[in-house]
Amino acid sequence: MATLDAPRIVSSRRDMTDSFTLARYLETGGYSALRKALSMFPEDVAAQVDKASLLGRGGAGFPAGRKWSMLRRSAISYLVVNGDESEPATFKDHYLVERDPHQLVEGVIIAAYALQVTQAFIYLRGEFALGLERVQQALNDAYAHGALGSKIFGSDFSLDVVVHPGAGAYICGEETSLLEALEGKRGFPRIKPPFFPAVTGLYGEPTVVNNVETMSNLPWIINNGGEAFAALGAGRSTGTRLFALAGNVRNPGVYELEMVKNTFRDIIFDPALGGGLSEGRTLKAFIPGGVSAPWFGPDQLDTPLGQDEVGALGSMLGSGSIVVMDDASCVVRATWRITKFFSRESCGQCTPCREGSGWIERVMYRLEHGGGRMEDLDLLLDLCDNIAPGLGWPPQQTTICVLGPSIPSSVHSALSMFRDDFVAHVNHGGCPHD
Amino acid sequence: MSHFRADIRQRAEELVALYPRKRSAMLPLLHLAQEQDGYLSDEGIAEVAALTGTTPADVRGTASFYDMFHLEPVGQYVVGVCTNIACLLAGGEELLEHASQTLGCAVGATSSDEMFTLEETECLADCNAAPCVQVNHRYVRTTTPAAFDAMIAELRDGRLDHDVPRHGTLIRVKRQGGLRVAKDEIAAERAQALAARTARADAAAAATAAQEQK
Repeated sequence: MATLDAPRIVSSRRDMTDSFTLARYLETGGYSALRKALSMFPEDVAAQVDKASLLGRGGAGFPAGRKWSMLRRSAISYLVVNGDESEPATFKDHYLVERDPHQLVEGVIIAAYALQVTQAFIYLRGEFALGLERVQQALNDAYAHGALGSKIFGSDFSLDVVVHPGAGAYICGEETSLLEALEGKRGFPRIKPPFFPAVTGLYGEPTVVNNVETMSNLPWIINNGGEAFAALGAGRSTGTRLFALAGNVRNPGVYELEMVKNTFRDIIFDPALGGGLSEGRTLKAFIPGGVSAPWFGPDQLDTPLGQDEVGALGSMLGSGSIVVMDDASCVVRATWRITKFFSRESCGQCTPCREGSGWIERVMYRLEHGGGRMEDLDLLLDLCDNIAPGLGWPPQQTTICVLGPSIPSSVHSALSMFRDDFVAHVNHGGCPHD
Repeated sequence: MSHFRADIRQRAEELVALYPRKRSAMLPLLHLAQEQDGYLSDEGIAEVAALTGTTPADVRGTASFYDMFHLEPVGQYVVGVCTNIACLLAGGEELLEHASQTLGCAVGATSSDEMFTLEETECLADCNAAPCVQVNHRYVRTTTPAAFDAMIAELRDGRLDHDVPRHGTLIRVKRQGGLRVAKDEIAAERAQALAARTARADAAAAATAAQEQK
């Protein structure tokens, strides 16, 4: 049975139809955390986030407090919120920006105060048209309420927040690429080092880039204390997390669960959560953390939903999205579609990614649609090995950013787990499911 | 002479003023150019170049990187059907095929009455309502062929005008608010806060040192 007794930290207003309005937000305790934060020293606010051990909720899982600590000695800096959510099957930030924009805005103001930043940007993917309008409205309301702008709530802290719409590019979720887009350029990831925008960020200035969900956790952490947050979950995975469940399940959706206390079996099969697969179907495979993650099979169902627990088995919790594939789905088709995605979204800067993604996509296409050859199976592995040598986890990187090494994950997984399906496609001269 | 209408021009200038550097307004300005023209016209591109202090070639080069910017005219409604993993598993490819028949145009093309442009999209982050369909980047949540056709009929009748503005209009909420204090006042505010913090850190260090001496 799933463990569902943890508090809802970021989705407490999910059942309210007017959850996005200022009136509802204030009625449910909104902006009280900001008032509390403003009564504290900035470094004490940051200390609470440190105590919470809040891991970034974007995908990489880097501790938010440590990201912040890199900035503490700098005078000029920017806060940028990453709301470019584009990892396939990830839709938790979509929920947060549309349904609870004030919670995000309050989190941003708290973070800006802790960092003593005067200018913050909320970057949202352009396809979130309603989300962009909701966040802009929330900002307008916050300015009018005195929670944003000059001398916030009568304090000596002033802040401006600008919503910045993206324009359709998966790569802009990569933080240095996002900064390029925010500077008005093509979204090319920047060469590392420096590895962190905290060193060289927007306009070359120290910048913190945090995910929407990371920011949305801050009001609760300030109201309840970092220790209360850290008491939830286990090990490095503290607090709760939004999991986006998609694919062949009865109840796909966004579920907030305490970290580590539940397993993949719980979220997929519990009647209060995923509700299991369709009548008569069995589980073939699932992707535990976005399409950049290596796949799991039924044997890994009892793995706890925790950063290190998933990492120990050679995959990642990543963006918190879980894709379920049942026994009627074609894994070759699924793999082809994922590689087509990477091929379309590769920015083209690095040869292994630009050429490799297209090549892999073409080979996968002919396997699925007819014309595949038996030697294609080894060719696929060879191509993958050229992008991420050794095909280990975490992958070796031959490219500027991690998009490249994400390509082999699904191909290598599908080939290792379901080689017979690939062979059947070759022998059948296309997809046997068609 | 501005190519932008007076109201668009005013919003464009306000956008530029929001950023520390003019070029940062590039993507929002391009969205605005599409709001007026429905796509990025040569004149729109030239005006964005002037507003950002760049060249039309630079603007075009930037715009071409992003899927949402159209360098050629598109229909009044850009219909996007997702076929990425979660939608694939839910019949996204079949829905896209159906959409192509209903709209009477190939994927990537515009219908002959210039009402609709059909696109196959990557993940639109609404996977609990798969297969996902957006019209002008608004979620319409029509997961079946029948629901899709009904939605298209409503669009044609103008019954969805409130939910789905014509292509190019992205953010209808006008920004209100902002900082009303001078930059140097804020700088002074920050310097004071930094000095106070340094003093606190020094005091804490001194207290620790005194404790150790005891």
